Amino acid sequence: MTTSSTPDHNGLLRFTTAGSVDDGKSTLIGRLLYDSKSIFEDQLEAVESASSQKGIDGTDLSLLTDGLRAEREQGITIDVAYRYFATPKRKFIIADTPGHIQYTRNMVTGASTADLAIILIDARHGLLEQTHRHSFIASLLGLRHVVVCVNKMDLVGYSEDRFNEIVQAYKNFSSRLDITDIKFIPISALHGDNVVDRSDNTPWYGGGTLLHHLETVHVGADRNLQDCRFPVQYVIRPQTDAHRDFRGYAGRIASGVFKPGDKVVALPSGLESTVDQILVGDTSLDKAFPPLSVTMTLTDDIDLSRGDMLVRANNQPESTQSLDARICWLSEAPLNPATRYVLRHTTRDVQAKITEVVYRIDINTLHRIEDDLKVGVNDMARVRIKTASPLLIDGYRDNRSTGSFILVDPSTHLTVAAGVVG
Amino acid sequence: MSDSSYNLDHLTELEAESIYVLREVAAQFDRPAILFSGGKDSIVVTHLAAKAFAPGRIPMPLVHIDTGHNFPETLEFRDNLVERLGARLIVGSVQETIDSGKVKEETGANASRNRLQTTTLIDAIEAHQFDACIGGARRDEEKARAKERFFSHRDDFSQWDPKNQRPELWNLFNGMHAPGEHFRVFPLNNWTELDVWNYILRENIALPSLYFAHDRVCIRRAGQILAHSDFLTLRPEETPETMHVRFRTLGDLTITGAFESDADTLEKIIDEVAATRITERGGRMDDKRSESAMEDRKKEGYF
Repeated sequence: MTTSSTPDHNGLLRFTTAGSVDDGKSTLIGRLLYDSKSIFEDQLEAVESASSQKGIDGTDLSLLTDGLRAEREQGITIDVAYRYFATPKRKFIIADTPGHIQYTRNMVTGASTADLAIILIDARHGLLEQTHRHSFIASLLGLRHVVVCVNKMDLVGYSEDRFNEIVQAYKNFSSRLDITDIKFIPISALHGDNVVDRSDNTPWYGGGTLLHHLETVHVGADRNLQDCRFPVQYVIRPQTDAHRDFRGYAGRIASGVFKPGDKVVALPSGLESTVDQILVGDTSLDKAFPPLSVTMTLTDDIDLSRGDMLVRANNQPESTQSLDARICWLSEAPLNPATRYVLRHTTRDVQAKITEVVYRIDINTLHRIEDDLKVGVNDMARVRIKTASPLLIDGYRDNRSTGSFILVDPSTHLTVAAGVVG
Repeated sequence: MSDSSYNLDHLTELEAESIYVLREVAAQFDRPAILFSGGKDSIVVTHLAAKAFAPGRIPMPLVHIDTGHNFPETLEFRDNLVERLGARLIVGSVQETIDSGKVKEETGANASRNRLQTTTLIDAIEAHQFDACIGGARRDEEKARAKERFFSHRDDFSQWDPKNQRPELWNLFNGMHAPGEHFRVFPLNNWTELDVWNYILRENIALPSLYFAHDRVCIRRAGQILAHSDFLTLRPEETPETMHVRFRTLGDLTITGAFESDADTLEKIIDEVAATRITERGGRMDDKRSESAMEDRKKEGYF
């Protein structure tokens, strides 16, 4: 059966990969798509004919993921490409990002919506700068799960010693990061060892294959079901004859569980009310939790609009006009302390100024840079921000929705920075 | 509380994401519109919009760019749907664009009005000053589309600049723009063809009869089956014959390939789609013109 309602189906997993041209990332993705039969015949034919036109031996599976003319011409991945495949157990969304330092912003973008990151390490070379970079970005963006694939095991004779050496080196490095679940898998993307099928070449490896891990890893516990946060996105007032008095608050549950009958507080007004109905279309729910998009009605007529938030009285976010945050700068135009940026947080826009750059972070070594505080494209920095009106925030570690924001330059309308609170 | 009662199947999660995107359009833009082709993807978008704004009406018009070469079934379905939802319909006519002398009709056996639609679409956007046009395109459809944002910026000339797209992080969509610029918005970005079909089954969404296997007079051309109609110029070697076919996508009559099938129910279609080894747009003559055919048309302002 192809519907998703079967009880052993594990829903949706979003994961990110990062890598440069020759570390086998495209081959690994091609392998996952190919072995899970997610590549269609006409796609494969197109890639085969493009490969032979370019004079490449065999089939260059990276041509499957490089979609833009400039990418094919230059043989590089420029932007985040989203790829989809499904097995009977799960549906997967891959955010496939380039790995070079000049594409840090693309890696950050890909990681922002992911549950899990795949880090590829070439077994011959061990940990490189980009291993550190990808791992740091995964940690900063709050990914709880990392799979370290030690690739090209065929080129080191499937050596258990070499694998263990790399595992130990990675553990030493990652103890400084904030990632709770790290798995290590010896693979050869080219030959398929331990990607979809177990390999006979690694009898010393007792763990599962990469695909098995992706199918079964439990990410449901990563959702915050404790702290009730409902940012109002849109107010529905039909004003039709059938629904003359209907007033519904539409939005996506950021965290926590809401039920009809719950006492709630509207922020910033502080007015109290009770949840009457929770609707999706015309269906009433007995509870709502992230990431559902619902419409709530309240038992009282209170003033509530886009940018406000419904929470519980005994568990409220911090209301503040000054925040400590880590940002990744996304724009070619460098950070300008004199600019009043628009800060978008949940469904609220406020004016914001960056009052202090505390330090920049060298994302290869994780060292702080305190003597050169100019922040340009792809830089990571810790900053202090002042806003024109209060924001309702939580730490990013506890809440990816209420702990994240973007900065927009009001003169160009471009998104110039991504930030996490805390 | 058992943890498993908080697990969502992936269709519910995709639905929640799409509804969020649609509401974000209504909140951030002054004059949004839904581009309605009459195909299954735009029907699903319309269904999601009805859910997103219930019990209110969809707070934006449906815009249909009519090539004049549509299947009559598509137009009849469109009019019924609009009436049932109490929605507003705006039709942009490619025939009128041709009559006005702005574009020239292609000639020859492969003639199609597919590319001409772009001019009519941009005219409609300018005439109605739309600042956001919602489409049913998906990233899995085609390799240039794999790079699309949810909120995709278009400049004053409706052009897409794929190498210079705004980064899109978390669910924080930036729809800020200068006057004259607009956005294309794709709520179904993360859906696959199979997701769309499974959702249609789950939600019991009505579709034009063309999607289900039926008898039709067709011709074979360049390995494809095309519906025979007055808009098609027959080549000497082509003979129309009755076949049992259905359509996998619905575009202009002259370019949408049919294929032989016995799938006359949603369940049979889903089994067929799950087993198929050819992509959905593999039957679209418009994509076959070159390797970058879609990227080039998208840059000009195509859907």
